[in-house]
Amino acid sequence: MPEPSDLIVVGAGPAGMAAAVTALAGGLRVALVDSGTAVGGQFWRHPPEHARAAIPTEDLHHGLREYRALCDALSAGRAAGRLDLRLAHHVWSVVREDGGFAVHAVDRCRAPRETAVVLRAPRLLVATGAYDRQLPFPGWELPGVLTAGGLQALLKGGGVAAGSRVALGGTGPFLLPVAVALAARGAEVVAVCEAAHPRAWLRHPGPLLRNPGKWAEAAEYAAALARHRIRLRPRTAIVEAEGDDRVTAVRIASLTPDGTPRAGTEQRVEVDAVGVGWGFAPQLDLLVPLGCALTDSADGNAVVAVDDGQRTSVPGLYAAGETCGVGGAGLAVSEGRLAAGSVLADSGAAPGRGRRRRSAVRARADGQRAFARAMNTVHRLPAAWPAWLPDETLVCRCEEVDAGAVRAARADAGAHDHRQVKQLTRAGMGWCQGRMCGPAVHCLVARGGAYAPAERLVATPVTLGALADRDA
Amino acid sequence: MNEIIIDGEPLPFVEGQTVAAALVAAGRIAWRTTRVGRRPRGVFCGIGVCFDCLVTVDGSDGQRACLVPARPGMAVTTGEGDDA
Ligand SMILES: Cc1cc2nc3c(=O)[nH]c(=O)nc-3n(C[C@H](O)[C@H](O)[C@H](O)COP(=O)(O)OP(=O)(O)OC[C@H]3O[C@@H](n4cnc5c(N)ncnc54)[C@H](O)[C@@H]3O)c2cc1C
Ligand code: FES
Repeated sequence: MPEPSDLIVVGAGPAGMAAAVTALAGGLRVALVDSGTAVGGQFWRHPPEHARAAIPTEDLHHGLREYRALCDALSAGRAAGRLDLRLAHHVWSVVREDGGFAVHAVDRCRAPRETAVVLRAPRLLVATGAYDRQLPFPGWELPGVLTAGGLQALLKGGGVAAGSRVALGGTGPFLLPVAVALAARGAEVVAVCEAAHPRAWLRHPGPLLRNPGKWAEAAEYAAALARHRIRLRPRTAIVEAEGDDRVTAVRIASLTPDGTPRAGTEQRVEVDAVGVGWGFAPQLDLLVPLGCALTDSADGNAVVAVDDGQRTSVPGLYAAGETCGVGGAGLAVSEGRLAAGSVLADSGAAPGRGRRRRSAVRARADGQRAFARAMNTVHRLPAAWPAWLPDETLVCRCEEVDAGAVRAARADAGAHDHRQVKQLTRAGMGWCQGRMCGPAVHCLVARGGAYAPAERLVATPVTLGALADRDA
Repeated sequence: MNEIIIDGEPLPFVEGQTVAAALVAAGRIAWRTTRVGRRPRGVFCGIGVCFDCLVTVDGSDGQRACLVPARPGMAVTTGEGDDA
């Protein structure tokens, strides 16, 4: 049985890994918990350790030098007995207890078998990341239509391309690595539909100049797209997916600047898979029930409010990475370091890194945030989407509620947020608890303001059996 | 040979893949129908958030295929409904 931890970090993505490594360097005992079978999160998603030879994915990754350095430091922490790494542990609830936190998880390393586990520590850092944000369109429920991140997760985690002729759509720079990774695995990427116009980036020279690495990355993607003859279509969108039992074609249209499909520009393209993503929605399930304050971020999401040291409004609770606003893996790493620095300062431990080092990380994070703000301005959700979406389109995938029903809830019953729509239509009441349809319902009915997810008391389904034999 | 048993039929997988990855690699992108509209579904988000990929694994229903690592001999049943 490992000794009690000073800090629990939930989420072993770029933010959580960096935080754990900084806290270990400062002498703390750390528990790092993740539902996945390997550390790395979404950006550095890998097959489990023992399967790396069977599923080679190195060529699909970026920034592996930093990943390896973080992995090495985590291994050293484990060897020294100061890191309690819990993979395949799904955290379903976190509660405040005796001035600290109790983290309730189920160990699913022999899934579907579940064992309940409770970890306790005086301080908690939540770095649970984000998931793809979706705007429904006719046919998006057909098999073969995936989130862009889902395509990427299959590639990076399992070495699998979900189709051989793939169209991508939505908005944001994330569509580019997905296109390149698919091509690297032999898929033909027939279209990358970007709702924004990349030219809009020219209006934000400051953030670009402050982040020269992003230029290099963009140039790398441009070269890879050219090499694979992949066409990026600016200001276009996938407006429909066709097929009976699975997707067989998409309809692509040019967009006006407000995001309305231009009449007469539609093109039909045959595909066997589709990837769509409109940025990301932060995963706040563990944070909202703890009562920490939220704030609006520029991309239309509510995110956790933190101070300049990543402290939330709840004492002893810290947050880092995309829970605090979507800004990419580099920013997540910086925020993880800053959060752990605050944990060290607040717990009276000697800071592992000097003050100079910390202000350098802070400056770096500021630059990365400026870039994220520009990204969110350029790659906005199309304002006209709620107006053109046909009534018959399924909005809630779980309960199969269509756009017409959501609109009726607004027109007839005066619903103006996704919680009221849920009560009236069942949208958001199914298995995913509104994680998929929440942002879309918000766009359809809300009068402005950021999308804040509903409070969910259980972050992952958990069996009664596992609860009954919990070692609490 | 690494195989899981899908609805009684063996399906090869590569060590490290999830049940969903093994299915998709074999060209199966849909494996259940929805409760209300009887519409086909398979993997959508790929990371455990959407619940489109539900299967029954070794008798436990409601399992997300995109999260469950495939293991030799694992019995997976696919099919109807998401509220079983
Ligand atoms: C599917 C997907 C794929 C992506 N791929 C790329 C890519 O290829 N390139 C790119 O530039 N950006 C990608 N992104 C964007 C990416 O989210 C960020 O840039 C980066 O990974 C954010 O780091 P993070 O540490 O904040 O969160 P994440 O990397 O998302 O890490 C969060 C971690 O928390 C864990 N977690 C969440 N909830 C729980 C819980 N309840 N219990 C236990 N563990 C939990 C997750 O398993 C995950 O490992 C992707 C995003 C998604 C959603
Ligand atoms: S594909 Fe979304 S939960 Fe498995």
